[in-house]
Amino acid sequence: MMNLFKIALRNLLRYKRRTLLTASLITVGVVFVLVFVAVSGSFKAMMIGQITDAMLGHIQIHKQGYVASIDNLPLNLNLNAKTAARIDEILGSQKNIEASSPRLKFGGLFSNFVESTNIRLNGIYPDREFKTVPLLTSRISEGRKTIAKGEILIPALLAKGMKVKVGDSVVIVATNKDGSVNGKQFVVAGIMEGVTGPGGRDGYVHIEDAAEVLRMPELEISEVAVRLKDFDRLQPAFQDIRKQLETEFRKGDKFPLEIHTWEGLSPFFNIARMLDIMTFFIKLMLVALVLISVLNVMMMAVYERIREIGTMAAIGTPPGKILLLFMMEGLSLGVLGTIIGGGVGLLLLFILNVAHITFNFGQQQGLLLQAYVNPMDFVTIAVIVILVSVVASLQPAFKASRMEPIVALRHV
Amino acid sequence: MNNKSDILVGIDLTKTYGELEVVKGVSLAVREGEFVSLVGKSGCGKTTLLSILSGLEHPTHGQAFLTGKEITGASEDELALFRRENVGFIFQSFNLIPTLSAWENVALPLFPMQMSEAERRRRATELLDQMELSHRLEHLPAALSGGEKQRVAIARALINHPKIVFADEPTGNLDTATGDAIMAILNHLHRQKGMTILMVTHEPELAKTADRVLRMQDGEVLS
Repeated sequence: MMNLFKIALRNLLRYKRRTLLTASLITVGVVFVLVFVAVSGSFKAMMIGQITDAMLGHIQIHKQGYVASIDNLPLNLNLNAKTAARIDEILGSQKNIEASSPRLKFGGLFSNFVESTNIRLNGIYPDREFKTVPLLTSRISEGRKTIAKGEILIPALLAKGMKVKVGDSVVIVATNKDGSVNGKQFVVAGIMEGVTGPGGRDGYVHIEDAAEVLRMPELEISEVAVRLKDFDRLQPAFQDIRKQLETEFRKGDKFPLEIHTWEGLSPFFNIARMLDIMTFFIKLMLVALVLISVLNVMMMAVYERIREIGTMAAIGTPPGKILLLFMMEGLSLGVLGTIIGGGVGLLLLFILNVAHITFNFGQQQGLLLQAYVNPMDFVTIAVIVILVSVVASLQPAFKASRMEPIVALRHV
Repeated sequence: MNNKSDILVGIDLTKTYGELEVVKGVSLAVREGEFVSLVGKSGCGKTTLLSILSGLEHPTHGQAFLTGKEITGASEDELALFRRENVGFIFQSFNLIPTLSAWENVALPLFPMQMSEAERRRRATELLDQMELSHRLEHLPAALSGGEKQRVAIARALINHPKIVFADEPTGNLDTATGDAIMAILNHLHRQKGMTILMVTHEPELAKTADRVLRMQDGEVLS
């Protein structure tokens, strides 16, 4: 095998320029795909991270029908205290859950005593919420990175429009489930940057304050946000939680809850899918590039060396060894292109990261691009290139191995 | 054909290309240790006959036996193995692999075998020593003269201890002096080592150095 490899390498070195040109084509393809995968992957990961870690959580649990009416923040579709407590227990027993946070969501009127406007609010337990969506605090651009009872975090656009600053007093007025209206005064504890997506421009108050504004005799919960220990195991964890909750709450055909991963709650999931599809097509282009360039060079190689093939066959080299020889040449081209392309690609990514390139996404300004290639992606790209190189050399190699020795020897 | 001293036997061998009959019902036998030359004008069918007898080409009709085994009708894989174990080839245009050094070219028939590189090199070096080419071991064919290339090709033909060597115009691309030297090597192999050789040539003078001369004309063996 080593001899075959040695001969294959020497044959590639025989036409250095041609080999270099083909390897360069593969290199360009590998670099392009690596950089695209890294940049789009980083963008996707960052966006998913922002959406899940600063707002939604990984999974959410609601009462059946709530998500369809989520724009109205319906108080009559809240989970009662008993159900919420049982959900809490079940989630607490799950080993793959990092944290969970119950929320009481409601809409109200925000007044600075001069003018008023609408606001959507989340009543939360600050400690649990910050554990479930740890990037939430990073959105607080002014003020304290937490809230206490009697305090409110308001979105930046609202603060700007209503000319409200940290420390100002404001009033929240909300309609209760029974139709009566109640109000409560709050102190602005912080101002938050908005993020793109549902709930990205909501304000936050302590959950007990929310219950007080809504005059709830016992605390009700609109949703429970869940954070997993391992985001990569989203689907299995989702199925586990669903199974546990179904066991507890399903009665015949009726299941009073609905459970969604972030994918079912955020429109960004479709953008992420589009990025995945684009990545797939970019990889397909790489396959075509490698296939055509290696096929071309190997067909040339076979045509130019017909007499050599005849000699090798005449002196007793089995067809299988001749096949292997040409496939080794294709393999070597692929490996060479992958190594150079991989090296150049990683260097480019390093430069991109050192250059600290920033971009904007919705209301979020100056997000830092952190181009990173998952080792698995790197291996996948390398395997694709090498496999395609071997496949591309298969037809010319097969042709060489099936050549009749005497026909090959007579070739001029 | 069952005579044990006949290493090569052809019976009623015919080869046609379309309408053209190149070899016409040739029957012949070569004994073990014999040096036979096949002489004839260019295009008379002698190279085609040699190709059939060596298992490089299938006849249209007839049978060929080499070391008692019928080679006509065998598959390419069987023939490749058979040629590797029993046959040595010397070509007119040397047919060395340009990317391999002299010793690697000599050792080329060994590479499909399970053998260490050291052993391959040892055997190739030994043969190149006999061809007085020990100073050219690492040279590529492009750096060798015509005579040196043909001596490398002879060494390659001998590396597997073949039972018969087929030489197709072995001096055809060489000047007279170099050609004589090559013929001297072939004669030495035959006389000193008892090598069976079937040589194709169009030069009657060269053919005379063999034990027996077969004359070919228009696809038929005359004597």
